[in-house]
Amino acid sequence: MEFLTAIFVTPFVEIVSYPIFFFEVVIGGLLAGVMYSLVALGFVLIFKASGVFNFAQGAMVLFAALTLVGLMEHGLPWWLALLLTIAVMVLLAITVEKVVLRKLVNQEAIILFMATIGLSYFLDGFGQTIWGSDVKVLDLGIPSAPLEFGGILVNEFDIVAAVSAGSLVAVLAVFFQKTRIGRALRAVADDHQAALSVGIPLKTIWAIVWSVAGLVGLVAGIMWGTKLGVQFTLTLVALKALPVLILGGFTSIPGAIIGGLIIGMGEKVAEVFWGAAFGGAIEDWFAYMLALVFLLFRPQGLFGDKIIERV
Amino acid sequence: MDAYAPQKKERVFGDVVLSVDDISLSFGGVQALANISFGVREHQVLAIIGPNGAGKSSMLNVINGFYHPQQGTITYKGETRRQMKPHQAARQGVARTFQNIALFKGMSTLDNIMTGRNTMMHRNLLWQALHVGPARKEELEHREFVENIIDFLEIEHIRKTPVGRLPYGLQKRVELGRALAAQPELLLLDEPMAGMNLEEKEDMSRFILDVNDEFGTTIVLIEHDMGVVMDISDHVVVLDYGRKLADGSPDEVRSNQEVIDAYLGVAHD
Amino acid sequence: MLYREAGQFKSSYDEDQAIFPILQDRIMLAIVLIVAFVAVPLLFNEYWLSTIMLPFLVFSLAALGLNLLTGYAGQLSLGTGGFMATGAFAAYKLAVAFPEMNIIIVFLLSGVITAGVGVLFGIPSLRIKGFYLAVATLASQFFLIWMFNKFPWFTNYSSSGVISAPPRAVFGDYFVTGSSASPQAKYLFALAFVALLALAAKNIVRSHIGRGWMAIRDMDIAAEIIGIKPLQTKLGAFAVSSFYCGISGALWAFIYTSSVEALAFDITRSFQILFMVIIGGLGSVLGSFLGAAFIVLLPILLSNAPTMVGLNISVDLISHMEFMIMGALIIFFLIVEPHGLARLWQVAKEKLRLWPFPY
Ligand SMILES: Nc1ncnc2c1ncn2[C@@H]1O[C@H](COP(=O)(O)OP(=O)(O)OP(=O)(O)O)[C@@H](O)[C@H]1O
Ligand SMILES: [Mg+2]
Repeated sequence: MEFLTAIFVTPFVEIVSYPIFFFEVVIGGLLAGVMYSLVALGFVLIFKASGVFNFAQGAMVLFAALTLVGLMEHGLPWWLALLLTIAVMVLLAITVEKVVLRKLVNQEAIILFMATIGLSYFLDGFGQTIWGSDVKVLDLGIPSAPLEFGGILVNEFDIVAAVSAGSLVAVLAVFFQKTRIGRALRAVADDHQAALSVGIPLKTIWAIVWSVAGLVGLVAGIMWGTKLGVQFTLTLVALKALPVLILGGFTSIPGAIIGGLIIGMGEKVAEVFWGAAFGGAIEDWFAYMLALVFLLFRPQGLFGDKIIERV
Repeated sequence: MDAYAPQKKERVFGDVVLSVDDISLSFGGVQALANISFGVREHQVLAIIGPNGAGKSSMLNVINGFYHPQQGTITYKGETRRQMKPHQAARQGVARTFQNIALFKGMSTLDNIMTGRNTMMHRNLLWQALHVGPARKEELEHREFVENIIDFLEIEHIRKTPVGRLPYGLQKRVELGRALAAQPELLLLDEPMAGMNLEEKEDMSRFILDVNDEFGTTIVLIEHDMGVVMDISDHVVVLDYGRKLADGSPDEVRSNQEVIDAYLGVAHD
Repeated sequence: MLYREAGQFKSSYDEDQAIFPILQDRIMLAIVLIVAFVAVPLLFNEYWLSTIMLPFLVFSLAALGLNLLTGYAGQLSLGTGGFMATGAFAAYKLAVAFPEMNIIIVFLLSGVITAGVGVLFGIPSLRIKGFYLAVATLASQFFLIWMFNKFPWFTNYSSSGVISAPPRAVFGDYFVTGSSASPQAKYLFALAFVALLALAAKNIVRSHIGRGWMAIRDMDIAAEIIGIKPLQTKLGAFAVSSFYCGISGALWAFIYTSSVEALAFDITRSFQILFMVIIGGLGSVLGSFLGAAFIVLLPILLSNAPTMVGLNISVDLISHMEFMIMGALIIFFLIVEPHGLARLWQVAKEKLRLWPFPY
């Protein structure tokens, strides 16, 4: 009885009595969700273009952030470190295409998926072998003072993160719509044969797409790294992008964004208002459970293509 | 292949076992089947023919419950329905092969054919874990049945070979074996001879007719090779763009002007 | 001439269906069993038994469990750790609540409970597959670990959250669990469990049940069309797999570490087991053992190799390199030999079979 009250009554009473607080939680959640979207975006880009579910996207986020901080710790100015990190991510993409993807090109999707799990382990180990595993502070001078909007407190950093994510998505949209390579990438997503006729080799396209995903990972890594410090647990945060994908659909960029917002908000609201009923820390699994329940009703996600089977 | 022609002469059929009534099926904008009706009598060999994309495979998929039509009914063994689950169809004696071979690639020929008997094997997990007494006996009984099929199809030598390694023609044969293992009353064959050379086609025709003769199995098959169709079928249904063009004996269909115009007239393959 | 099948005619299907139809395989198995049951406990010191052989056995069982689900039934799971934890806590609760209950029964029951939990989390597999399912199984991983951490009922309200496994004996006073039991006793007990369960697994996968799993794995649509019910088959695979993982978790807590804690079964454990299965060989009972052996031995090798050649590398660095090597190996195996060590073994056997005349 007590438990039922804690689930069905108390939270709603709280929400109604402290609406401002509720809005703060919602906005905080949405802003955190933006960062999930950012990681999810990397997944979607690769999945759309190569049909590979890149489990290593999280590891790429950590690896990018580690490289950036590591270079800065060695005394490089931030812009040079950033440029070098971008170069490293591109190099990584090319290597992955050459060493892994090309060799597995005709394998089942699930084999490729497992290979990216291997890749994620490799990157985690590699990054830490080179840069060490202590928590590193990433400070690019992004302000993080709390701001007030009509009585609602918002962290300035979260806003910067949201704006950067928004700009990134805009840049990507332009890239996909307006450039020749972007159009080729979209063609690949629809039909590999069609892409070949555009005249860009598939392997180039893959390398490009992995580079772009690496850059998106870098941005995500900067954001998360500034917030939590650059450390191994970033990969766990990145895992949260998986339920985001399920919600949004694997092939939809708007899906990744909206899915991220839903998960970010849902998990914060659940934790703050319902967490107590379950003994707290339900953030650990809420996103996954939400995705799981969601899958039962809509296996293709909110925006994904409907799955049709044929024989 | 004319050698088989005489067999057709004194063939007797039972009642209608399968009747398809007014079936329509569409995928989004594509009308795969439009108001199709026909019947199949017991022991009959019925061929469905038609150009590519005519809806032939879709028809088989509707019969065994894989596609669910928007309209119409299927009456099988006296039971009328719109849709069912494929595994229910299998349990009611409908077995089939596929246009694009759908074998279990990681398993041997023997194991593939054994899966055809799965619906008849009931010993539970505990018995299987121990592999003694009834479980072992059951396994042996079914193995024996399957070995007969293997002999019948003349594939003894590839019994233990993973089917992924077999050439196309043999894979088709294994797939037929798997369907036969279920002892079907109604056998659906989707282009069983596609991509085969003449000799392989003759073998396959012989297997199909033997099955029909020996076990009285009713057969619905899709085939592009008109020679084969004329030789082995008792009845032909012609589809074109989802519509039924004609329905009759091979000779009737062959002389039907509409059919000639739509299908036979143009060189196929 | 060492390994010859020729001349061994099978006069009945029964003989052909025997678990090891080839004489040399049977001899080999007998030797392995004798070594495992007699030589190892006599010759290995306590350190080897408890730091290498025990984890090897426990991991083998978990890998076997996951292999049944992923390698045979084709359902990829990243929730193995959660299921192991379920087995460990179920065994703990049972053993404490019923001190008189035979520990063998306790382990079997904890397997059954885990099977139930596995079925529950396997339900999504009816609608989704591949990596969608893999993501869904993460839910079980995170939820279960959270649950065991959060509710003190599971740890019988112990304040530290780390609890020691209760000592239990078989055959009167022969202690096999808890920290006071001798490594030999623990080893033999675990070995008996693992050997019998491996035999059962081998029997199941060559039965109609195993064929149903493989059919679903290779082509689920065709499997359904020939009458294999997806619901029962997939959930059955989840149940059996979780049963194995659950017992493995119970063995882990009661025999290997002698302590019950959820932390031991976090997401990295799930990946570790998955790696064993991939490296050992998907869809191979033997492969589960080979993979477990490999992954138990690799870190030992890595931490000793540098000192042997006179290098001094920090523990931290070694663990990072372990990650790297593991990741690289996974990719290597998936590219070069997706069937893992088990296939390499088979190929070696086939070579041996033809030796000394390779043609
Ligand atoms: N699962 C599906 N989803 C969408 N469209 C489908 C599906 N199955 C069949 N169709 C469409 O229905 C039409 C009929 O297809 P069907 O496979 O039945 O033709 P068919 O007569 O067997 O042709 P073929 O001789 O090439 O095998 C085609 O236009 C096909 O594209
Ligand atoms: Mg067809």
